[in-house]
Amino acid sequence: MELIATAHNGTPGIAAERLTEEECARNFCEMHVPLERNAARVEAERCYFCFDAPCMEACPTGIDIPGFIRMIANGNPTGAAGLILNENILGGTCARACPVETLCEGVCVRNQGDDRPVNIGLLQRYAVDKAMQQGAEFFTRAEASGKSVGVVGAGPAGLACAHRLAVLGHNVVIYEARPKSGGLNEYGLAAYKMLNEFAQREIGLVLSVGGIEIKHDAALGKDITLAQLQSQHDAVFLGVGLGGGSGLGIPNEDAEGVMDAVTFIDALRQAPKLSAVPVGRQVVVIGGGMTAIDAAVQARLLGAEDVTLVYRRGPDAMKASILEQEFAKIRGVTIRYWAQPVGVAVESGRASGVEFETTSGAAAGERFVLSADMVLKAIGQSPHESPHGDGPAFDLAGGRFVVNDERQTSRQGVWAGGDCVDGGDDLTVSAVQDGKIAANAIHNALKAP
Amino acid sequence: MKDLKTNFIGIESPNPFWLASAPPTDKAYNVNRAFEAGWGGVVWKTLGEAGPPIVNVSGPRYEALHGRDRSVIGFNNIELITDRPLEVNLEEIKQIKRDWPDRALVVSLMVPCQEDAWKSILPQVEDTGADGLELNFGCPHGMSERGMGAAVGQVPEYVEMVTTWCKQYSRLPVIVKLTPNVTSIRQPARAAKSGGADAVSLINTINSVMSVDLDSLSIKPSIDNMGTHGGYCGPAVKPIALHMVSDLARDPECQGLPISAIGGVSNWRDAAEFLLLGAGNVQVCTAAMTHGFKIVDDMIDGLSRFLDDKGFLSVTDMVGRAVPTLTDWQHLNLNYTVKAQIDQSLCIKCGRCHIVCEDTSHQAIRATHNGERHYEVMEDECVGCNLCVTVCPVENCLTLRSLSNEVDARTGAYVDPDKALHWTAHPNNPMAQS
Repeated sequence: MELIATAHNGTPGIAAERLTEEECARNFCEMHVPLERNAARVEAERCYFCFDAPCMEACPTGIDIPGFIRMIANGNPTGAAGLILNENILGGTCARACPVETLCEGVCVRNQGDDRPVNIGLLQRYAVDKAMQQGAEFFTRAEASGKSVGVVGAGPAGLACAHRLAVLGHNVVIYEARPKSGGLNEYGLAAYKMLNEFAQREIGLVLSVGGIEIKHDAALGKDITLAQLQSQHDAVFLGVGLGGGSGLGIPNEDAEGVMDAVTFIDALRQAPKLSAVPVGRQVVVIGGGMTAIDAAVQARLLGAEDVTLVYRRGPDAMKASILEQEFAKIRGVTIRYWAQPVGVAVESGRASGVEFETTSGAAAGERFVLSADMVLKAIGQSPHESPHGDGPAFDLAGGRFVVNDERQTSRQGVWAGGDCVDGGDDLTVSAVQDGKIAANAIHNALKAP
Repeated sequence: MKDLKTNFIGIESPNPFWLASAPPTDKAYNVNRAFEAGWGGVVWKTLGEAGPPIVNVSGPRYEALHGRDRSVIGFNNIELITDRPLEVNLEEIKQIKRDWPDRALVVSLMVPCQEDAWKSILPQVEDTGADGLELNFGCPHGMSERGMGAAVGQVPEYVEMVTTWCKQYSRLPVIVKLTPNVTSIRQPARAAKSGGADAVSLINTINSVMSVDLDSLSIKPSIDNMGTHGGYCGPAVKPIALHMVSDLARDPECQGLPISAIGGVSNWRDAAEFLLLGAGNVQVCTAAMTHGFKIVDDMIDGLSRFLDDKGFLSVTDMVGRAVPTLTDWQHLNLNYTVKAQIDQSLCIKCGRCHIVCEDTSHQAIRATHNGERHYEVMEDECVGCNLCVTVCPVENCLTLRSLSNEVDARTGAYVDPDKALHWTAHPNNPMAQS
């Protein structure tokens, strides 16, 4: 990667156009360079084709990883894509956004000794991209069942559920609160992971199977009710995700200049021109997950001079992997561990800094202030106030649906998956698996006499 | 560092590495470069009779079998003998021998199976001052359709007849180059010996069709959408060549017949193996054609250090040292017992040993222990076949352990290393002699 362009002489405060559009485009280049044909073949041949492969066990969607890699090695990337998409219809996004270093690649037997793992993520991307370029079709719908399923939320869980149901012969209507489909794939992942409108192109792939209709600007509890859905459909799947960012619970956190990291990323993903996205000159990001990293790195890429990510515990406890932390550091983000915010400093009604308290070591309890004209909160999202709209009560845990192994909620005829269920782990790949499991369960329920 | 000087049937060369008769030795330009690079000798690309020159295809004449990272594992060609005029070749041979008196220069020949044809060309070659002759009875493509090359090598009577003519009409030492495209290599070799050959060289290339183009559905290399079988060589043929060389080395009727080994020699290790199995020197082609002449540096240095390491006094001193270790199956010790063993500290738990044993062999490697991923050999099932060792990606992780003064858990038999049992004396053998 080239050195990133950085603004000098930056305007204080939050401002757009710290960099030219050209510089922004260069900064937001591919996070990992995709493999070309020969590199993919050589990398594929590194796979040992393990028995009972650990990578496969580590993949929440259970993709036959050695199987698809062997197909790439033997010049059949389309077959490889078929294997991938059959288990994970959003395999293209997962190849870009999965923390592979903690999943499949983390358990690759090649890590033993001094070796590096097979680059499973990039191989998966190679196969899926190739198949999408060719417009290969992998799915044929089963005979029409005459049943209809309402899916709430066109995020990873909803899309995966809808796709599997459509393949099984059911008709699906997806109700999506926002004007575009994709959920966090469209609104929440870092721009440099999802270049060239990938989320929308992938949704095209999902919908190409047929039998899925998406209604946008249809929010549960506002535009539609669960009761309506249950009367119109034979089953309902809730993949509503989470609500806004969690609050820090510290003084002045509502001051101008303080915002949720997800809101910042959302604005960035939807901006027609990256250079038009306003960003601070000095940015402080609070949190330790992938959203925190994505927000911090993108603030830098937009031209923020000084970006500090502050996390209350150490590097190993961070939800963002060591690799993600390194990635951020290489792009000029300063990471400070063992400190938690105690208040936002305000000047003339605007945030001017954040006061922190050291959480560990000899200096525990000491306080310090980091200047900031922009403060991004990334300590996780809260559940929706009422994830099921205004309908009847559900069993909830911490505001999230309690579901069984089949992803069925406490309510007859209603299934749920993704971030809105208890035990969800914020990963696209897990949401896809939830949707898939729920779809199979719904199918079984619908065909029961 | 030991001197690698060799004397092969009276032909001296500074090392045992000769370039085989092939494109690398077709003209003075290449041979000069080869000698500058350090090759010990060359066998000049096969000369044919005087007259209109040979015509080659103008389409592709080579094709390769590639391994990982496009390394060339096997190679095939449909090129014919030299397509340059006889007099030009003879002139160049003469000059080269004058310029490089310390190198071996042998001339390969292929003319029709008629006494006059041989009688006419032999003195012309002798006039060049070349050190010896190699009779090309091996090329399996093109020339064989015209009754030469392998068409001669496949008929022992013809081999003997032509060899006799060459010995009769030339004072030069004669090496007979054999084709591997026969049922037994011993017959043509014995025929060469009875014809008075000073040595044999083998193997020439193997009949082969390299591949089918999956777009055009036609064979490769494709000449205007048609192809023909070619001669196969390169690393992939080495085991076949080792077998044929050693088969002659231990044939009682071929005793005393020197062998120049050819077939997939790519480095000093390959060369050492051929020498140990009875070859007096080696000839190289594909390795040079895929890497250039400089590879000889490693061959010379590596072989010389090997002589030092093993305490051999000279190349000749090592020739045939491994021949006594080759025998017939019936003379193998059936009491000798090995078991696979896994070094758990090296095991990366890929499970390849388990799955190949489970699916295709003896179900002797378990995959779990206390519910954990753990691979372990079950000695009561292991027959010591070596399959797991060959598929293990980690060197020395899976090895074979030979049993000594202990009970074989599989058979219950006590393994006494001092008691050998051969099939010839085995109780299950109805023909056994006690």
